[in-house]
Parts: sequence; structure tokens; C-alpha cells
Amino acid sequence: MGKNLAGKTAFIIAILVVFCFGFVGIPHGSLKESIGKQIHLGLDLKGGTHLVLQVKVAEAVSAQSDNDVARLEEDLQKAGITGASVGKLDPAHMDTITISGTPIAKSSDVRGVLTGGTYPNYDVGSNPDGSWKLTMKPAAVKELDARTLSTSIETIRERIDKLGVTEPVIQQYGLGENEILIELPGETDPARVQNIIQSTARLEIHQVVGGPFNSDQDALQANGGVIPPDSVLIKGSGTNGGGDQIWLLKRVSEVAGNDFRDAQPSTDENGRPDITFNLTTDAGERFYKYTDAHKGTGSMAIVLDNRVKEVAGIQSAIRDSGRISGGGFTKESAADLSLMLRTGALPASLEFLETRTVGPSLGAASIKQGVVAAVAGMLAVMAFMLIYYRGAGINADLALVLNLVLLLGFMGYSGSVLTLPGIAGVILTIGMGVDSNVLIFERIREELRSGKTSAAAVQQGFAHAWITIIDTHVTTIVSALILFLFGTGPVRGFAVTLAVGLCANLFTAVFVSRVIFDAGLAKKERGAALSI
Amino acid sequence: MELFRSTNIDWLGKKWYFLGFSLIFSVAGVLSMLFWHGVPRGVDFKGGTLIYVKFDTTPNEDHLRQALDAGGIREPTIQRISGSLGQTANEEMISLPQSSATDAAHDAGRASVVSALTANYHDSAFEVQQVEIVGPTAGKQLQKQAWLATLYSLIGMLIYLWFRFELIYGVAAVVAVFHDTLITVGAFSLTNQEITLTVIAAILTLIGYSMNDTIVVFDRIRENLALSRRESLADVVNRSINQTLTRTVISSGLTFLTVLSLYLFGGEVLHGFSFALVVGILIGTYSSIAVAAPMLVAYQDWRASHGKAATLPAGKRSKV
Repeated sequence: MGKNLAGKTAFIIAILVVFCFGFVGIPHGSLKESIGKQIHLGLDLKGGTHLVLQVKVAEAVSAQSDNDVARLEEDLQKAGITGASVGKLDPAHMDTITISGTPIAKSSDVRGVLTGGTYPNYDVGSNPDGSWKLTMKPAAVKELDARTLSTSIETIRERIDKLGVTEPVIQQYGLGENEILIELPGETDPARVQNIIQSTARLEIHQVVGGPFNSDQDALQANGGVIPPDSVLIKGSGTNGGGDQIWLLKRVSEVAGNDFRDAQPSTDENGRPDITFNLTTDAGERFYKYTDAHKGTGSMAIVLDNRVKEVAGIQSAIRDSGRISGGGFTKESAADLSLMLRTGALPASLEFLETRTVGPSLGAASIKQGVVAAVAGMLAVMAFMLIYYRGAGINADLALVLNLVLLLGFMGYSGSVLTLPGIAGVILTIGMGVDSNVLIFERIREELRSGKTSAAAVQQGFAHAWITIIDTHVTTIVSALILFLFGTGPVRGFAVTLAVGLCANLFTAVFVSRVIFDAGLAKKERGAALSI
Repeated sequence: MELFRSTNIDWLGKKWYFLGFSLIFSVAGVLSMLFWHGVPRGVDFKGGTLIYVKFDTTPNEDHLRQALDAGGIREPTIQRISGSLGQTANEEMISLPQSSATDAAHDAGRASVVSALTANYHDSAFEVQQVEIVGPTAGKQLQKQAWLATLYSLIGMLIYLWFRFELIYGVAAVVAVFHDTLITVGAFSLTNQEITLTVIAAILTLIGYSMNDTIVVFDRIRENLALSRRESLADVVNRSINQTLTRTVISSGLTFLTVLSLYLFGGEVLHGFSFALVVGILIGTYSSIAVAAPMLVAYQDWRASHGKAATLPAGKRSKV
């Protein structure tokens, strides 16, 4: 070494400029503002809500097999097979459909229906007693799970986008547990966010068969002890949003889910908040026929997420728009609900596993404290190095500052998020950076004591310390990488700063510090003492 | 300026004192983990609700407790938060245990605390600063992840040291690090401080740091073994420790300084984290001298008494 000092110095200055640019950017406004634009702060520093939720994918599988049950019944009837009962008997296996009661003589016809290509997602098995068992193929279940997860993420993203949160993070999370991570900077009302995300928002309109009843027993009594097979009991609010009542509704809805084209918050003639919705053209035709046929005589129920929201008499034929009122809406809840309806229904319900909210003021206090601690620690270390190692202390201090510039610059370029544990990682990097310098300086001092010349001592000191520094750094980087792989959120932030900091440290403590030594030696006469 | 010009301390001669010291602290920690406080797990791992509330004036904790009780909050833990350097921050940390074994009813904790305080607490206005709600599923998962991360990082380091030195060096370093982790976790148990995700990060940091310290000493041992073949291993180890002593004291001292400033100025959020590091730096520095290095000698003595080759392999020393 010792050669091409000018080239090396130019290289170091170039790196310094490039990385400075990384965290300051093109300066506009104050320095603080510029840095704030480049360095992304984690939620723990700037405040916001962090949610982890799980998608109940089994529900989507169950819904799919429900559809297939209905389809099977139709197909079997079309094929002239009567007396079949199709259903899902095992509550633990909602992906398994059983067909029983088909005559043995019709076995080949049943097989024909099942294997005719309409049900490619099922493994078909027959039993000696003439019953059949359809089990959804594992690959099909897996695909459905993945689709449910991605649809959920899309739906949640649309809902959150409409909330107007800037820079939200919505992504798959964990290792195959169907989890979603949501980070909402600046949003500090988790209850509202949870409500908006969680509502499945499945809107349906059913024909009312009877009701309202005060209890299930009342409903049964009114119908002679059994609920008609094409009907279903659904709980909900009474007329005009009254108490908890039970309605008997037609099982199959008149319009549902995809039939809705748009929904907007509005107000009724008394100025109370309500929601206006529009139907698609097809559904509008259907709805027109239905309402026309029942006008004046029937009433219909608007059911949201399996709960009756409103019941209204059919006064006139409606083609393509209607309104949901009387749900006791506030202005905000009407706006939220219409948002959910616009973005469509979630394919499965969600369960919240983790919720963390940090208020912006706590974040600001943490930032201040973290920075104060980092600066105080660093200044103390720098002062000590100068006092203890004198001239060489300048090397160490320059290396430390450069180290910090590299680290921040990397954070700016890579878009990594700086968290509170990340700041702690910075402080630790400072510690290890100092250690590298101490190792080198102590080695140089040893060589000097054994009577070597300054140049030889520097040469030998670096050569000996270098091996130790590599060993210590690589082991710590290994553990930081493992931390990154297996850790979560804040721990990851810590691992990133530590790993990057150590890499920067290898460069500054070994290369930069050496160049400074060599530059110093080049100026001095041979044999002059080293300030160390 | 120099700290130690040439120390000549017989470190290995004090191995029984070291053993006694290590035993007392590890056994105290283990006993506390088994019979006293257990391993206090934070909300991150055991699940539950944690709410930081900032009041306009310093709250009276009895009034606070009564207010929560009137609101039907069962078994809340109320803890005052001190700011940096122990100033009162007018903040209280209210934690509720997991309400049920399922992940359902998730936000109930926050909502019920807020409504209980709004309805029943009249001493001063308050603001909810931070809420953490972790369901049992997430808690278990995070716990598993933390264990795996620790285990894997130890294995990773052992393999690296095996590759760079010899297996016995790796084993000795891992034993020393395990010793440090045990004592640090024991310190958390003894002082009944909760272990959270950030504390796990700190423990992994101390593992890295203790490793760092041990490797510096081992590297010197390896170098000295290659130079002088006639000296006994115990002498080489002693000399290596003494030669690196200045570096050990300065580096550990300065790292301790930064960690201490974090502990003093870092605020409540980093309290557990910096406590683990303060303990960890001290014990990690100690263990590289008092645990890892003597193990090398003990291993060689054991080999000698079993009639195997008496010299410890000096290990590979490649120029990198």
C-alpha cells in the first residue's frame, strides 16, 4: 500500500458525496426537511397503526363446496337421478360432499355426472352402500386458499386507499399462515380501521316470508314447528332500526354481491344519513321483474353480512337503484359502509392477531430520546479516542462519521425503514466501529514497542488486526442476517442497520483509516514518530 | 496515554473464583426462572393488551385503579412510566391479560379501558399514546420465531468458528455465549422485567458482542500458539488475554458508555433493550476471559488425561 494515495482519496471522497446525497437528497428547504424526505421512519417513530390479521381461508373453501352442492343437486336432477340427497355431513371437513340415496341401478349415470368434467376439483369415491364421497383435491384447496388471500389483500387495499392513508403497507406476511400485514402511518384510530377492514360487506336483498318474531321459538311456532326448506331465519334490526328481531326470509337472495354497481352516502328527506346504491343492468332487469310482481304485497329485507339491516315494503317497481336507510347511521358510518360496498365483499372473514398503535407524540418523543442518546454516546466515544490516541484518534473519529454517513446514505437509497431498534443498531455499530479502530491502534502500538519503524508498525498492525476484524464482523453479520430472516418488524429494522453498519465499518476502519495513516506517513520524514 | 503497559495477571489461576461467580449468577437466575418470577414475557409473547396513557397531570394511581374497576376492567396491571433520567412523564402503562383463548374480541381491551377512564376518571384529561394488542396465536408464533432466531444464529456462528478455527473454539465460544444469555435472562427474571421483541433483539446483539470479544482473545491465542510451541497452553492463554487486555477494557468500556447513554437517555420504550445490553456487555466481556478461554485449557487437560495427543491444534490461520 502507500501507493496511489491520490486515487484512493478521490475514491473515498466520491463515496462520501454519493452517500451524503443518499440521505440529504437535492437540498430544498432546511436540512432537516431534506433528510426527512429521504429517510423513511418506522411507525414506532412517526406514529400509526400496525395490524396483523389472518384470513379464514377455510370459509372460502366451504363456500365453494356449498356452491358445488347446489350445482350437483341440479345436475343430478337434470340427469334424471331422483331421490339423491347431497350435503356436507362432517363439520370438520367442509370440503367434503356426500351423495346418498341414489339407486344402485343408476350408479353409472351418477359416475357420469361426477366425472363428466364439471367437477375437476374433486376426488370421487364410491361406497358399497351406493353413497358417494367427493373430496376437494389438496391442490385445488391450495389454489383456492391462495386466491382467497390475494383477493382479500386486493379488497383491503382498495378500502384503505379510499381512506386516504398515505404510504400504507399491505402485504402477505408470515410463512404460509395466510396472514396479512397492514401498516398505516398516521392513522391512530385502530377501532375504525379494523371495522372498515373486517366487515365482509356482503350485501343481499331477500324476500321476506314472515316476521318479525321475538325469538326462534316464536318463528317456529308461527310456521307449525318447522322452517320451510326454502327459507332461513336471520337476525336483525326491526322496522326502522328497532331492537333485535328475527325475520324469516327466502333462502335464495334476489340480488347479491356482484349485482351492486355503486354505493354512495346520502341523506333522506329528513336529513338523516343513508346509503344509495345502484345495480348493474342485468340485476336491474331482474330486480324490476321481482319488484313489479310483488309491489304492494310483499316486503324485502336488505341483509348485510348475514344481518338484516332494513326491511321495507315494496311500494313500486324499482329498476336500478335503491337506498338503505333507517339503519341508525351516523354520517361517518354511512360513509364507511358505502365504501365497503363499493370495494366489494371480502371472500372470507378476518381475524386480528396483532394491533399496535403509536401516537404521533410518543413517536416524536422516542425519536428525540433515541437521537439524543446516539449523539451523546458518539460524542463521548469520539472525545475519548482523541484524548487516548491523539493523532490516530482523528482517524477513528473520521472513520466513525463516515461510517454514519454510509449507513444513513444506504437507508436513503434502499428505502429501508428506520425504527427505534434501528437507532439502537446504529449505536451498536458505533461500538463495533470503535472496537476495530482500537484493535488496529493497539496492534500498531505493540509493533512500535517492539522497535519497528512507523511505516512498518502501521503495515504490521493493520495486517494482524485485519484477520481478527474479519472474524468478528463476519460472525456478527451472520447473526444479523439470521435475525433478518427469522425476525419480525422492529427486529428486522435492527438487523438491517446492524448488517449495513458493519459492512460500512469494514470499509471505514480498514480501508479509509489506512489511507489516512499512509497520507500522514507520506508527509513525514522517515523515522518520525507516529502520534498514536 | 496508555492504560496497561504490560500486565502479567494469572487469569487461569483464578478459574475457580470465576466458576464460583458464574455458578452463583446462573443458578440464581435459573432458580428465579423456575420458582420465583419465571421468565416474565411481554405482551409480544404472551398476548394481551398494553395501553400507554398520557395524563395532563401526574395521575393518582389509586384513583386510576378505582376508575378502571368501576368500568369493569379486571386485573389490570398499572405501571408508572418514567421519562429519561427518571423525570415523571405523567404516563401510565395499563396492561390487561389475554381476555380469552381465542383471537376474537380483539379491540375490546382498548375500547373498554378508554370508556372506563372517560366515564370514571376525573383528575385530569388524558390521551392514549400507544396501544399494543397481541392475540394468542401471534404471541405463540413470535415466541417460536424468537427461539428459532436465537438457535439458528448460534449454530451459524458455531459453524463459522469451526471453519475458521477448530471445533473446540466454536464450542467454547458458544458455551460462553450461552452462559451470558442465561445470566442476562436470569437478570430479567430476578428484576421481574418483561422480555419483549426488542429485548430479544438486544440478547441477540449481546450474543454477537460476546462472540466478538471471545474471537479477539481466541485469535490472539491462535497466533501465539503458532509462534511458540514450547510454552504450555495455560501460559499462552494467559499471555494472550493480557496482550488483548487494553483493547478489551477500552472497547468494552466505550461500548458500555454508549449503551449506558441509551439506558439513561433512551426513554421508556428502550428501557428493557438497553438494560439487556448493559448487563450483556459486562457479562459478555467477563465470559470471554473467564469462561471461553479456560475451556480451551480444560479441554486440553481432558484430552491429555485420556491419553490423546496433548497439544491443542493451533487452528488454521489463513491470510485473508
